[in-house]
Amino acid sequence: MATQHSRSAARLMMAPAVFLLLVWMLVPLSMTLWFSFRKYLPLRGGDLGWAGFDNYVRFVTSSAFWPSVMTTLIIVGGVLIITVVFGVLLAMLLDQPMWGQGVVRILVIAPFFVMPTVSALVWKNMFMDPTNGLFAHLWKFFGAEPVSWLSQASLESIIMIVSWQWLPFATLILLTAIQSLDSSQLEAAEIDGAKPVSRFYHIILPHLGRAITIVVLIQTIFLLSIFAEIFVTTGGAFGTKTLTYLIFQRVLESQNIGLGSAGGVYAIILANIVALFLMRIVGKNLDT
Amino acid sequence: MARAVTTQRKAINTAFAWGVGLLIFFPILWTILTSFKTEAQAISDPPVFLFFDWTLENYAVVQERSDYMRFLWNSIIIAGGSTILGVIIAVPAAWSMAFVPSPRTKDILLWMLSTKMLPAVGVLYPIYLLFIKLGWLDTQIGLVIVLMLINLPIIVWMLYTYFKEIPGEILEAARMDGATLKSEILYVLTPMAVPGIASTLLLNVILAWNEAFWTLNLTAAKAAPLTAFIASYSSPEGLFYAKLSAASVMAIAPILIMGWFSQKQLVRGLTFGAVK
Repeated sequence: MATQHSRSAARLMMAPAVFLLLVWMLVPLSMTLWFSFRKYLPLRGGDLGWAGFDNYVRFVTSSAFWPSVMTTLIIVGGVLIITVVFGVLLAMLLDQPMWGQGVVRILVIAPFFVMPTVSALVWKNMFMDPTNGLFAHLWKFFGAEPVSWLSQASLESIIMIVSWQWLPFATLILLTAIQSLDSSQLEAAEIDGAKPVSRFYHIILPHLGRAITIVVLIQTIFLLSIFAEIFVTTGGAFGTKTLTYLIFQRVLESQNIGLGSAGGVYAIILANIVALFLMRIVGKNLDT
Repeated sequence: MARAVTTQRKAINTAFAWGVGLLIFFPILWTILTSFKTEAQAISDPPVFLFFDWTLENYAVVQERSDYMRFLWNSIIIAGGSTILGVIIAVPAAWSMAFVPSPRTKDILLWMLSTKMLPAVGVLYPIYLLFIKLGWLDTQIGLVIVLMLINLPIIVWMLYTYFKEIPGEILEAARMDGATLKSEILYVLTPMAVPGIASTLLLNVILAWNEAFWTLNLTAAKAAPLTAFIASYSSPEGLFYAKLSAASVMAIAPILIMGWFSQKQLVRGLTFGAVK
């Protein structure tokens, strides 16, 4: 159907977007790659020459590296488990017949629209503050000693804040998926005497499989690079330094560009491994 | 799902769902309530929920002391500007991919998506350096361009999935009637594409408004949007809960309202059309 003329017009129309994204991808990426092989300290002499794989080795062997990998994994894993499990439960609940479904849905997805710095600050001060926070009041009410959440249970607190932000996303996608489930299947199972638990395991969960995979992959990509939540709450202290935060500190705080860039290359590789799986699923969907 | 259920079961569902909904919404509700308290009431022990002297004072003070309007204006320019610029660049690209697909269209789409996966921190210093060289550090234009670039893949994708739904036969019919490419776009395509473009605009304003890596790292005072304004409250300066709340409410209110209108687009936009 497309003529030669419309083909070249199409190519022309695509050009600006493709060109911009190409520049956006290649220029900073090659700079990062270049810096990662240099000894580059802007505040202490600037570019001090070729460093080979020194930065790569030093980044991995520094005492902060493995803890930061662990922290990243714990935060990403914790948030994924919480948002997927509660997301499935919430989606099933919201799918039930009830009054005011629209309003409940609005209440549930609201946290997703709160900017990260606001949710981090609100949780930090108004809920988790050991003297004036609501949790402290609640703990005292039950006769318990208030907890200073962000220092004593820092990782749990950050997982809690980030989960609160991402639960709406998981819920909304899983709810969309549940609503596409053919209800006659469930009814047939019900008539045949299938218990709710087995209806869940044999009909609902398999149907949700793809949606859950997508939630996990997309959230992983965003969670690997959470920044504001840590920047505002602990500033990387109390064992909350993620890989992203560690690189940020190397680059902007200690101005060790070579080292930070090597870390950046690791982060890019890590993200690309996750992205590969996501792209495969999205790509499959394009064919239909 | 229109399954017949007893009224009793429906009542239980309703009560349970409302309970959970309010629990999840509570931090936002609590922030809104606190913003109307005095600083003393905001930290009173035990906390007060509804029975306090409602005051608008905090909103006035936040504006007065911190020049809230300037941050708001920066947010509007940055979120609005990057989105509009992005849509202008993305519409032709998405249009051509949807209506004149070539064997490489799929690869191009996936490649665009892959640029979105690039972790920001991996290119922090190059961007920082380029910004210094270009004189873009702490300027609106710099952030407009960076946020446009990070959201461009999502914009192209969303528009592509919307354009895909426009039946190609209509375009063919227009072509048979002798419509030129220009009038085809202007009179046939545009009216049908407007809803999709509007949803794309909406979702991307939300994403750009809440972006908090580049906005925190590339601004200082002049071009700082609301994300940075709120972050400046994290330094401990005594009792400020009511003011923090008022500032927070002002920062999230416009986007909360827009967000509620864009629920459906959110799913489509953020899953790149994989879940509809």
